[in-house]
Amino acid sequence: MTSLARLQNPYGDGKLIESCGLFGMMDTTGRPLRGRDIIRAMANMHDRGNGLGAGFAAYGIYPEFRQEYAFHLMFEHEEARRQTEAFLRNNFKVVHHEGIPHRAVAEIDGPPMLRRYFLRVEKGVARAGHDDYVVGKVMAINAEIDGAYVFSSGKDMGVFKGVGYPEDIGRFYGLDDYEGYLWVGHSRFPTNTPGWWGGAHPFSILDWTVVHNGELSSYDTNRWFLEMYGYTCTMQTDTEVLAYGVDLLARRQRLPVETVASVFAPPLWETIDRMGERERRRHTTLRAVFGGLLMNGPFTIIVAHHDEMIGLADRIRLRPLVAARRGDLVYLSSEESAIRLISPKLDATWSPDGGQPVVARLKAAAAEAVGGNA
Amino acid sequence: MPHFAPAQFTVERRDTRCIRCRVCVNQCSFEVHYYDAESDEVRSRDERCVGCHRCEALCPTQALAVRFNPMEIRPNANWRPEHIRDLQRQAETGGVLLTGAGNDKPFRVYWDHLLLNASQVTNPSIDPLREPMELRTILGRKPDRLDFDDLKGDLMTELDAQVTVETPIIFSGMSYGAISYNAHLALNQAAREFGTLYNTGEGGWPVEFRRFGDHTIAQCASGRFGIDLDYLESAAVIEIKIGQGAKPGIGGHLPAEKVTPPVAATRMIPAGTDALSPAPQHDIYSIEDLAMLINALKEATGYAKPVGVKIAAVHNAPAIASGAVRAGADIVAIDGLRGGTGAAPKVVRDNVGLPIELALAAVHDRLVKEGIRNRASILAAGGIRSSADVVKAIALGADAVYIGTAALVAMGCTLCQMCYTGKCNWGIAVTDPWLTKRVNPDIATRHLLNLLRAWNLEIKEMLGGMGINALESLRGNRLQLRGVGLEEWELKVLGVRGAGA
Repeated sequence: MTSLARLQNPYGDGKLIESCGLFGMMDTTGRPLRGRDIIRAMANMHDRGNGLGAGFAAYGIYPEFRQEYAFHLMFEHEEARRQTEAFLRNNFKVVHHEGIPHRAVAEIDGPPMLRRYFLRVEKGVARAGHDDYVVGKVMAINAEIDGAYVFSSGKDMGVFKGVGYPEDIGRFYGLDDYEGYLWVGHSRFPTNTPGWWGGAHPFSILDWTVVHNGELSSYDTNRWFLEMYGYTCTMQTDTEVLAYGVDLLARRQRLPVETVASVFAPPLWETIDRMGERERRRHTTLRAVFGGLLMNGPFTIIVAHHDEMIGLADRIRLRPLVAARRGDLVYLSSEESAIRLISPKLDATWSPDGGQPVVARLKAAAAEAVGGNA
Repeated sequence: MPHFAPAQFTVERRDTRCIRCRVCVNQCSFEVHYYDAESDEVRSRDERCVGCHRCEALCPTQALAVRFNPMEIRPNANWRPEHIRDLQRQAETGGVLLTGAGNDKPFRVYWDHLLLNASQVTNPSIDPLREPMELRTILGRKPDRLDFDDLKGDLMTELDAQVTVETPIIFSGMSYGAISYNAHLALNQAAREFGTLYNTGEGGWPVEFRRFGDHTIAQCASGRFGIDLDYLESAAVIEIKIGQGAKPGIGGHLPAEKVTPPVAATRMIPAGTDALSPAPQHDIYSIEDLAMLINALKEATGYAKPVGVKIAAVHNAPAIASGAVRAGADIVAIDGLRGGTGAAPKVVRDNVGLPIELALAAVHDRLVKEGIRNRASILAAGGIRSSADVVKAIALGADAVYIGTAALVAMGCTLCQMCYTGKCNWGIAVTDPWLTKRVNPDIATRHLLNLLRAWNLEIKEMLGGMGINALESLRGNRLQLRGVGLEEWELKVLGVRGAGA
């Protein structure tokens, strides 16, 4: 992982600090949305980033490869591509692969090689173990192949990110041409890195993506707690610990998102002490057991995976988060103006309390239609 | 033969101020002061003075000053006055030199080489006077995962026994006998009032204190003094004491003179006999023996309370701590080089063990690497002097800290290191009723509460500065620390970056 650490963190800081703007939109009936709106919304929050990183995640974009793991990869050089492709062939059945389409944009400088692979786990790996198998392979590529980095690895979804402002990244990838029922966007304001394509948000593993605005004072505590569970935090970013925290609690331990939110941004003890017996026991136990995953410090995150989009702000609400609803559409944003720009008429807008997750779920019928989280 | 060793302290008495009230004469258990009726003068036998400053503090006219009187022999970096003095005493007595309190040698105090972080711009610092700041800490074994009922969402996992403290500061084990009844009462009362824990030490636990049981750690040490089922069942936590930072590998010896009838009754031994704590626990010669005792204590008390293990910080502390956790310890207390004692061989106190900072960092790292850090809470002990030390200990990986000496100082101790003599003028490390009544338990309780309150406030200030509002987010958070004046290997053991890096 030395190469990644070098690219991501050239000054060897203990961890990376960045601030950001973020946006999420979801049609809870599973109707596809074009990328145009989220690009406009992110462009409206141009000043929340500094051009050193932006990205998008889109769900439901590969209906023709719904059963395959879609790997979005960047390569710094041809050798990285050669090694990675050999690695993929050795560990998966490669159903299809191609360059990720993109166009020349004056503002985007020297993109890396960008390719996508649609992969099937070969027979011999128990079906229940597919996800863990894929996670292991993603970690191996990131850690062991110099110059290769996996942007995303979920089914029927993908992450498109790079160094630039969000509107330029959106044009670069031609995201207008994609249709997905759930979109997440991010614009980055790092304070200490020159910008590396892999370092932009969203961060993603399997179909989980995280975008994040904030700085965790608890980073080092969160890091060792996750290391205890076998995660290696090599990127030195808060987003990384958030992503692994979600993976541990939501995917591996199957806790509902509301519970994950209670771990990341728990109620104050004085609130817990006033709760009824059942809730008091629940929250006391969560804090006692997962206190190492309390995300302390200012943050807003949007976590997404198939069927679900979750917005959460830190327990004392130090970073902005606005939620809005219009019919079956749910929006999350750093700024209300970005939502109003693309959807002037809204049924409701609100600022969720710290620690209170906003959860948008695909309606049951729609979940089936979209294929969901296989 | 003349008495070789000259007086270590000199008593300066300004005769113009002295009103011959003889408070000093009555206060000094070492009989330094005496009244000469013939000349109507109060005089001193300086060679008996231990520098406890009791007379100075109580002299109503401030006529007294007790001054350190270093032996001004020819300067010699090798043969220092302490060595000369010890040699002289041993030549006279032929015995093991005893001492009290913690290691006073200038080993590096790592707390003083660690600096804390604060937030600027990218994350806001938090004002603890305006915003909530949480220090509550829950000690005990935590599971790797929690399971909830799929349908109803009810929590299905039953945790092992836990104990909650409202501050990460716990009173360390000091036996009844080593310190007085009133000192124990004050510690026990203060722990209850503040919502923290008091540790009985190894000398049993007076039955009338058991009403404070929810705030008590009952120690089970090698002498097994005062242990019966009621003792175990009354406490909130049980601690198996394997070792003590001041004297790793050494047992204890409460001399017969200190074993007064109430001490004897509490320890369940005859009055006026020596109370000997063997060096090892004679039913623990291996890690599996420790597991058996842990399980026996849990079985005896219905798995209703955490069982901890206290070890001295020794060279292979990480491996021992790991073994203890795997043997079932719910809490591991590590007592460092500078931990206090009521009595220890001086040579052991001054030469055996490890600084707590290094041992703590190494133990935490080891348990994280083994993926078992959550299975036990870590208590750090031995030389915690201030709230800053507490914060640094937690950032190195402790769940909470033990304070012993600091609590004694809050009750009046001036660290004269004479605990082993049974003559403590401050009425703390003594059982003689004439001396113990000098500690008013209610005033001492108030002082202890003030100390806890003041440290809690200071901890909140430091936490708020870092932008952290819950103590659990500081645990093992070494990015909040930077080392100054430390060598590479020390930074590595501590897991801390050098300042500026």
